[in-house]
Amino acid sequence: MDIEETAVKARAFSYFRAATIDQALDAHARAGDDARFIAGGQSLVPALSLRLQAPRLLIDITHIDELRGVRREGGYLRIGALTRHCEMLSEPLIAEFAPLLRAAAPFVAHPAIRNRGTFGGSVALADPASEFPAMTLALDAEIEIAGATGTRRVKADDFFIDLFETALQPGELITAVYVPLFKADQRFAFDELARRRGDYAMVGCGMLATCTGKRIDDIRISFFSVGNTPTRVKGAEATLIGSGLDAERIAAAQAALEGDLAPPDSDEVPPAMRLHLARVLLGRLLGRLGEGA
Amino acid sequence: MSGFDETKLDDADETVRVRFVVNGRKVACEVAPRETLVDCLRNTLELTGTHAGCEMGACGACLVQLDGRAVHSCLMFAVQADGANISTIEGLTESGVIADLQAEFHRRNALQCGFCTPGMLVNAQELLSQVAQPSRGEIRDALSGNYCRCTGYEAIVDAIDAVAKARSEGGGTT
Ligand SMILES: Cc1cc2nc3c(=O)[nH]c(=O)nc-3n(C[C@H](O)[C@H](O)[C@H](O)COP(=O)(O)OP(=O)(O)OC[C@H]3O[C@@H](n4cnc5c(N)ncnc54)[C@H](O)[C@@H]3O)c2cc1C
Ligand code: FES
Ligand code: FES
Repeated sequence: MDIEETAVKARAFSYFRAATIDQALDAHARAGDDARFIAGGQSLVPALSLRLQAPRLLIDITHIDELRGVRREGGYLRIGALTRHCEMLSEPLIAEFAPLLRAAAPFVAHPAIRNRGTFGGSVALADPASEFPAMTLALDAEIEIAGATGTRRVKADDFFIDLFETALQPGELITAVYVPLFKADQRFAFDELARRRGDYAMVGCGMLATCTGKRIDDIRISFFSVGNTPTRVKGAEATLIGSGLDAERIAAAQAALEGDLAPPDSDEVPPAMRLHLARVLLGRLLGRLGEGA
Repeated sequence: MSGFDETKLDDADETVRVRFVVNGRKVACEVAPRETLVDCLRNTLELTGTHAGCEMGACGACLVQLDGRAVHSCLMFAVQADGANISTIEGLTESGVIADLQAEFHRRNALQCGFCTPGMLVNAQELLSQVAQPSRGEIRDALSGNYCRCTGYEAIVDAIDAVAKARSEGGGTT
């Protein structure tokens, strides 16, 4: 084996600490897009060490104040890209207005990784096994993106395209995620099945329902670790809308997963097992959602 | 506003000067941008109490405190820490803030080879600074990112549990 294959040290790169969004975008362009933004570095540093990536330039975005902070803006909670996973756990505005994200946060990695990893970094990476990207789908969130031509907002439904592929173009920066404020007539549930706490889930799921009494008026259910992208299960959603959560309905939603999910082949968790686990998890979560009524 | 200097692209391995406070002392050193904080601490500053195991965020041997919070020193480059306040196991030992944890680890044989111990202690200190009286389940959960190949964890959980109780009873040290 040559050294490249065994190396656990990153290839040489230049480092630039950006103070503003414009500086970060400009540096990326001037490096001919042979650059990477670094936020928490909790996914990027291992990728550089393994030389899965070897950019010429690393642009540190963690000192850009515009990317920081959580605040209400109209009907939305604006979560700055640099909000760390540990702040998702501790920030009162998240607990009040985006409780599904608060529920997911303890499942994201380990405490020390949560101290550095950022919400924006997790969404940008779009790891199909990650909790937060999938929850942006369940929440009908919008991702704010800054690029050379200005700023735009993309719905989570349109953001995740394929394995580690998103609507982000090279050199574009996620500045914030907008989450519709949690309302009194809404309910949520989250859980995942993992072999060990802190490990990536074998299957995970989160959901947000809008209800009138026991009737479900609308529901968005999103799975992770089931394919190339976080995945909404629209067939299962459709079986639930307009009715209460009785055993029959839950069974129908579980059955619908067969058409919604097509887990890939994998040695660790065969597709049939993953589908089974998804059904079990969906049943549990809908049961909890019903109890909360 | 200081923008990006394009000439930087041509000297990728050129060292840059970083300044931080390590264990209460101001330090300036020359690092290549690709040098991780753990390598800088161990090789340049000769603070070898911080261990490098997997160098991928999986084992927890490299934990240090950065601005008061536990982080993996293998998952950041030293340049990123410019301006930060870092405490390693050496500093935490000198200051005495974890003396009770160290005594309890010792008393309960919560270490054998000791490779994982600095990371375990940094993590235990983090947990106890966040949660006053963690349950055993919470302690185990907090240690989920710290591997120990020797002890089987039980004695480590015991030690942290004992210190948590002692500290919340106001005793401080055991
Ligand atoms: C041992 C271990 C276990 C983990 N377990 C989990 C887990 O269970 N669940 C989970 O979800 N994650 C897990 N993670 C990953 C962790 O949550 C990362 O923090 C997260 O995925 C990426 O966030 P970051 O801020 O660290 O991003 P970085 O590592 O800095 O960046 C990741 C990628 O996103 C890009 N990027 C970052 N910020 C932006 C932005 N604002 N705009 C555009 N692009 C950007 C970077 O260029 C890079 O390509 C784990 C990591 C480790 C090391
Ligand atoms: S060396 Fe950093 S986690 Fe293993
Ligand atoms: S004491 Fe040897 S690895 Fe923990």
